[in-house]
Amino acid sequence: MEEHVIFTDKLTKTFGPFTAVNQISFAVEAGEIFGFLGANGAGKTTALRMLSGLLKPTSGIAMVAGVDVMRHPEQVKRRIGYMSQKFSLYEDLTIRENIRFYGGIYGLSVQTIREKTKKLVDKLELGAHVDELVLRLPLGWRQKLALSVAMLHEPRIVFLDEPTSGVDPLTRRQFWDLIYEAAADGVTLMVTTHYMEEAEYCNRVSMMVDGKIEALDTPGQLKKTYHATSMDEVFRKLARG
Amino acid sequence: MQAIVVEQITKSYGPKGAVKALDGISFSVDKGELFGIIGPDGAGKTSLLRILATLILPDAGEAYLQDLHVVRDYKRLRSLLGYMPGRFSLYQDLSVQENLSFFAAVFGTRIEDNYELIKDIYVQLEPFKNRRAGALSGGMKQKLALCCALIHKPEVLLLDEPGTGVDPVSRKEFWDMLQRLKSWGITILVSTPNMDEAELCDRVALLHNGRILAMDTPAGIRDSYDRPLFAVRSADMYRLIQDLRHWPGAYSCYAFGEYAHLALHQSLQGFDKQADTVMAELQQYLESHHHTGIEVLRAAPGVEDCFIASTKDR
Repeated sequence: MEEHVIFTDKLTKTFGPFTAVNQISFAVEAGEIFGFLGANGAGKTTALRMLSGLLKPTSGIAMVAGVDVMRHPEQVKRRIGYMSQKFSLYEDLTIRENIRFYGGIYGLSVQTIREKTKKLVDKLELGAHVDELVLRLPLGWRQKLALSVAMLHEPRIVFLDEPTSGVDPLTRRQFWDLIYEAAADGVTLMVTTHYMEEAEYCNRVSMMVDGKIEALDTPGQLKKTYHATSMDEVFRKLARG
Repeated sequence: MQAIVVEQITKSYGPKGAVKALDGISFSVDKGELFGIIGPDGAGKTSLLRILATLILPDAGEAYLQDLHVVRDYKRLRSLLGYMPGRFSLYQDLSVQENLSFFAAVFGTRIEDNYELIKDIYVQLEPFKNRRAGALSGGMKQKLALCCALIHKPEVLLLDEPGTGVDPVSRKEFWDMLQRLKSWGITILVSTPNMDEAELCDRVALLHNGRILAMDTPAGIRDSYDRPLFAVRSADMYRLIQDLRHWPGAYSCYAFGEYAHLALHQSLQGFDKQADTVMAELQQYLESHHHTGIEVLRAAPGVEDCFIASTKDR
């Protein structure tokens, strides 16, 4: 049987009488860019928190990078990368210090961190700025750095929670170049976004409505199924019935 | 009549003004106009709106709302402007109803006096009127904030990124509300990082690094795009974009939804005659690079293409 990088079966989370995530079942392949869409309050964040080992599911199964999130959430955390627009790098640390900090968190050796720092800084052409505070970097650089740092420990899966919100269009596209590149290397990327045109860049897209996965397919097929000309239209049709 | 006049506004932050947020911005907005300040995070949008809302002082330059100066006449000005900050700033531990009553009282009015203005929006909030504001969903918080900014019937409305962090459906509803408010003659200045929202404004200014890159109607901005533009797709988008960037005629190539937008080096002038030849060449180039499912179309530039082109040139 082929192993899925992410696999869930009737994954559910309830808070008191409220069901935030209602029996969602899906699977994601290696190297896939998977769009995780839904309106505010549809249950995306709760689902992502369960998949990243931060929140214990109420019931159902979730396997992430071969690990059961219900039983071994700590192991899940070690095998995934996570980046969001809101929380990623420490602004009052330099680039070098951020890399060292996250390397330490992920348990990399001093030697490995040193090598990784050089490789990463060379790739992003940040050599001249490595000892500058992250606060001083343009937002676009920060985003790219944040993604690279989230992948420092070479995870098989990276969760990107609205990674490009508020970023200028040029930088946003350069950021997507990095996402494509990581996917080409076999990394699985699960992305939430409010930009529907970014949903088009995903291999497959799921739409959550009221805690359930209402639709899951390629962007092209979704548009056909819902007789829509854009993902924006698909979203509106699904989110408001 | 002009409702907003901004002349050479400059604002810097940090020691010795190291960070220049606004670098000599000038524009004006007509009465009743819906004017968009479009730009990414860090462009200077919030600084500009805070100066106009009389909350911070410019380093240099002048600004007037309804002929009142933002520094000298700030007290009089505050009663005729409505401001909705980018971060939710209502009282989280007061209910919907209490927040609204509070803001009405602060402005010396009552909810009933201007109820007509907020009615359309408030009916959607009414089922939750006893819920604490902190417990509302993102879209509902935004609607309440708009009601509170409108409760004293302002002549000018300043909205700082009302669409950020809000899903596409709630965002669309919000813009529909702004269109209705326009019919009351209210002048609206709205900032957003979403280029697609430019199309919903009467006129826009594209802001980047504290400067205005372009200012016009959305159509005017689009018409100023001066390169031939193609929408291209194939089965392998990642490789397609890489290959298109290496094509000799390419100026730039970026993903745009399901297509990649390819801009050419040459000027748009007289291009129509060569378009078919160029498209055939392009098709051939992609086939020679083993692309399948190739589609090449002439594309109409959007505001986002214009923004990318003008930031790339800098």
